[in-house]
Amino acid sequence: MSVVATSSRFKDNAHRALGDGQLQKALGNVRHNFIDRRAQAAARLPEFEALRDQARDLRDHVLAHLDIYLDIYTQKVTEAGGHVHFARTSEEACRIITDLAKAHGARTVTKGKSMVSEEIGLNAALERNGIEAVETDLGEYIIQIRGEAPSHIIAPAVHLNQEDIEHDFRRLHTWLPKDRDLTAPESLLAEARATLRAKFLASDIGITGANFLVAETGTSVIVTNEGNGDLTQILPKVHVVVASIEKIAPTLEDVSGIMRVLARSATGQDMSVYTTFSTGPRRPGDVDGPEEYHVVLVDNGRSNMLGTDFQEMLRCIRCGACMNHCPVYHAVGGHAYGWVYPGPMGAVLTPSLIGVAEAGHLPNASTFCGRCESACPVRIPLPKLMRHWREREFERHLSPATVRSGLALWAFFAKRPKLYGLAARVGVKMLALAGRSKGRFAWLPFAGGWTKYRDMPAPQGQTFQAMWKSRGGAVR
Amino acid sequence: MSEARDDILANIRRSLGVSADDASRRQIVATRIAAAAKGLLPTRGEGDIEKRIATFRAQAESVAATVARVAATADVPGEIARFLRTNNLPATVRMGDDERLAALPWAATAIDITSGPSDGNDLSSVSHAEAGVAETGTLALFSGAHNPTNLNFLPDNHIVMIQAGTIVPTYEAVWEMVRARYGKGVMPRTVNFITGPSRSADIEQKMLLGAHGPRRLHIVIVG
Repeated sequence: MSVVATSSRFKDNAHRALGDGQLQKALGNVRHNFIDRRAQAAARLPEFEALRDQARDLRDHVLAHLDIYLDIYTQKVTEAGGHVHFARTSEEACRIITDLAKAHGARTVTKGKSMVSEEIGLNAALERNGIEAVETDLGEYIIQIRGEAPSHIIAPAVHLNQEDIEHDFRRLHTWLPKDRDLTAPESLLAEARATLRAKFLASDIGITGANFLVAETGTSVIVTNEGNGDLTQILPKVHVVVASIEKIAPTLEDVSGIMRVLARSATGQDMSVYTTFSTGPRRPGDVDGPEEYHVVLVDNGRSNMLGTDFQEMLRCIRCGACMNHCPVYHAVGGHAYGWVYPGPMGAVLTPSLIGVAEAGHLPNASTFCGRCESACPVRIPLPKLMRHWREREFERHLSPATVRSGLALWAFFAKRPKLYGLAARVGVKMLALAGRSKGRFAWLPFAGGWTKYRDMPAPQGQTFQAMWKSRGGAVR
Repeated sequence: MSEARDDILANIRRSLGVSADDASRRQIVATRIAAAAKGLLPTRGEGDIEKRIATFRAQAESVAATVARVAATADVPGEIARFLRTNNLPATVRMGDDERLAALPWAATAIDITSGPSDGNDLSSVSHAEAGVAETGTLALFSGAHNPTNLNFLPDNHIVMIQAGTIVPTYEAVWEMVRARYGKGVMPRTVNFITGPSRSADIEQKMLLGAHGPRRLHIVIVG
């Protein structure tokens, strides 16, 4: 994928997404499966809520001591025979990895799923250097052959239906018989498995992300269901881990605790199929495993988030629960967010990483319903953080003139309660009168964008203030 | 790249408003790592050995692993032969030269054995787990001279032998075992936690088995 952001066109992206019937059908899968499965997994573990508190506290502790943990982690990786590289920016990270690939004469690299590699635009950088990068997670493979970005951080192809995938496989896997039966999802999976198995065995370098980096032992941890991350890292001669700096966990016990909330929050599994702890290259006498082990630690703006209102965002363990529970994500999908990270976590993280001028629309893509925060395993106050961005956008005069004048108009009335009450009574009466035949509006002046996708219910008579007063409530 | 490292660490300290020479912060971190304290442990995996085995088994079966229990080590080859036969698989397996596997009475069965890491052409492999975690039916396998990691992933059918006595309540109990064996702060090159056979839900959120790793995971509990 490319890292060119279209976040500044969120509104256009969202309009397109809302009108895309195929996408809307696929998004139905998110609305049901993820939410139900997480709720069931949480209910099966009585300690779940207490484990969320523990996970939050652990992440806060790590962030407050991140410099020291990175030092110790680096030392432990080195002791185990591995190499740690620090990258301030995406460009530095890509250069380190492409240099490693060139030094080993690599032609093909296989990749496990890694969001930070999407963030730094690694595949494009490798390809510019003549190196083929093959995504091996089924979802990532599907979007790679379509030339798309992931639309979800743990289910990259969730915006697609089975027929879309069948169409792409037929288009690309031209060496297979044209009349083969691909109507069952199992046959699509089998075809991808066979195609990628050959890539695994031919790969020169394996690149994975990391869910956690353990300071105690210099270990990188990946969590997968498919086993692709493992085949990526054990078969080639070189294993490169690319991870952002905040992924540190102090000890193996800390990883164990946080693992208990990760899979449950993400897919609703009690435990993902493969949790793999890798420490350095193969040891003397080992019969397999990589001969070299490198870790590329990417900052890319994160160290600037520490000590700010947005430090809490760095608790994130990338489970995807916030987007799974988000009504805006359900309506428009991940691509509308226009960069790498969608949903509520993307709405907070993207402006931090690429700037509020570019991504200022995203924190506005929220109803502030709070479901994201209520599902977040590390209790990130996502609505509060989105509100911080909205305030900054407003302070920096980045909001459009219509929003600013609308808010100014509202503020004028809000500061004058009597006038507000009068205007509200008149407005409600007029709307009730105008909407009395149908009880709803399919179109309203100045709100065409809103009424395009749903009807506005007509007021049924009185204002809230009037009803409150009639029930004996105190009125200012 | 040490310049990048220094820049990043300095920027973290600047953002956090802390100094590099603050010994108390270092002490907090050193203490935490030295203690490796256990956090809150779910009670689900606890109980005596029979209870732990029952939980382990139920959890593993709930994620589509198959589980058999045999009375003695000598019964393992027979159980593996039965598994292969039942699934219409050829009587061939690949395994590392782990002496616990080599010592099994294979000759009593018709199974052909090849040893060493897989080249990707093996249908079935046999491994020895170092531990099982009851709370989620998870197997823990360590890499080493006699245990190729790729046998856990390349073959279609992965058969894992485990001693009943090594089924522990939690992941934390596995780390106790690792520290006792390798020392504090030291890990085998690879520790694999495996919970059921490989799967993917990337096509319309439908859970399908056998994505890139084994399609079947068969666990043989001994004792």
